[in-house]
Amino acid sequence: MTDTPLLKVSGVSKFYGSRIGCKDVNFELWPGEVLAIVGESGSGKTTLLNCISTRLLPTAGSVEYRMRDGNFRDLYHMSEAERRFLMRTDWGFVHQNPADGLRMTVSAGANVGERLMAVGDRHYGKIRETATDWLGRVEISADRIDDQPRAFSGGMRQRLQIARNLVTGPRLVFMDEPTGGLDVSVQARLLDLVRGLVNDLGLAAIVVTHDLAVARLLSHRMMVMKDGHVIEHGLTDRVLDDPREPYTQLLVSSILQV
Amino acid sequence: MATPLVVSEVFKSFTMHLRDGIKLPVVKDVNFSVAAGECVVLGGPSGIGKSSILKMLYGNYAVDAGQILVDHKDRIVDIAAADPRTIIEVRRHTMGYVSQFLRTVPRVAAIDVVAEPLVARGVEAAVAKENAAELLAKLNLPRELWSLPPATFSGGEQQRVNIARGFITSHRILLLDEPTASLDATNRRVVVEMIAAKKEAGVAMLGIFHDEEVREAVADRILDVSAFSPRKAIAA
Repeated sequence: MTDTPLLKVSGVSKFYGSRIGCKDVNFELWPGEVLAIVGESGSGKTTLLNCISTRLLPTAGSVEYRMRDGNFRDLYHMSEAERRFLMRTDWGFVHQNPADGLRMTVSAGANVGERLMAVGDRHYGKIRETATDWLGRVEISADRIDDQPRAFSGGMRQRLQIARNLVTGPRLVFMDEPTGGLDVSVQARLLDLVRGLVNDLGLAAIVVTHDLAVARLLSHRMMVMKDGHVIEHGLTDRVLDDPREPYTQLLVSSILQV
Repeated sequence: MATPLVVSEVFKSFTMHLRDGIKLPVVKDVNFSVAAGECVVLGGPSGIGKSSILKMLYGNYAVDAGQILVDHKDRIVDIAAADPRTIIEVRRHTMGYVSQFLRTVPRVAAIDVVAEPLVARGVEAAVAKENAAELLAKLNLPRELWSLPPATFSGGEQQRVNIARGFITSHRILLLDEPTASLDATNRRVVVEMIAAKKEAGVAMLGIFHDEEVREAVADRILDVSAFSPRKAIAA
């Protein structure tokens, strides 16, 4: 158990005019830990995720990240170039819609290879080899490497997006409803894959989802949001088995049983 | 070495916000400890709070007051006050739990479900799988099933996967929530033997067993949970 967090989020708030996006959010994330952010649509989950991942400038608060040299840096006091470099190498961002995270008109292999080139890989043969290996890990057969993601099904695109994000060995991955919009059998396959990769690679991840079953399966810790506020926060098993807040009790009691 | 598990003055109630905030008391003033190599069985009628006690010890339920002290890697951790990260660490290394039902993960083969806790502790995958195979064979789970995900298994088969998963590690504390409920006589005997072996190894166990024969065979001591029931106090 390492004693230094990877990410420190303090007092993060985002206002859209007078409307609250998210308010005064505080937490720390450690290496190897998966945090789920749950809540219904409009509760501020995605706003929070975007504020933490530098995709949206928060109105107040700070987000500090432990760089590979061990020093904490405030993300909003970095230069734009540094932030972009971090995004491309040490972080991953898996969008709900794969088209937002992939380049749809270049080949699957190039989608994966592009991230490798961003970290300085130049050897074509090696890039192609790594890309093939990663396609295999996300269960895309090697003979599809030259196809464009336009020709892929929704589930395959999502798996390709995951490969593209993980190929550089990031330490932190953000996921926004990674299984949203996929049918259940495809969802199960993807969840199993993400779970295995997170375990094997020791990644830290922040997963936004409205699906409590996804949260139970993937996360160690869970944050429940309502109207922009974090109303409950704790061990995933505890939040789901012994919810304390009225809204969390409502959420948990609304799960459909199969 | 410290006593592996000490429960002191624990109180628990549920507040049901969807029912006008009524408060349901579950247990009050729970006090007991479990020594190394001892199997303590929770007794008392259904609904008296036996499973709730196990869930509090494992961190699935929060407690209103009191302490749950676990000897974790030579330091004492209070589960009642520990942060999620510490609880996960305690679960990985010190305290195991065999629940009544298996929470199946889609697509993961039975043998990998069983091997997983060892892998999480850093054991090499091939070695973990060997141990898993040994346990599944001991529990008479047909070999054809090992490579299938357990979602479609019968209740008894799922339970055996669950038991193997709980017993594969050398956790110093094991919580057992009716691990033999849907097993036939042969497999119940296997589980009784496995519990005896754990005792021999100095594991502290706390369990719920409705089957009288199994209870007789494994219990060193029966702890009557009715003594902690707040309802009895109200009725009296």
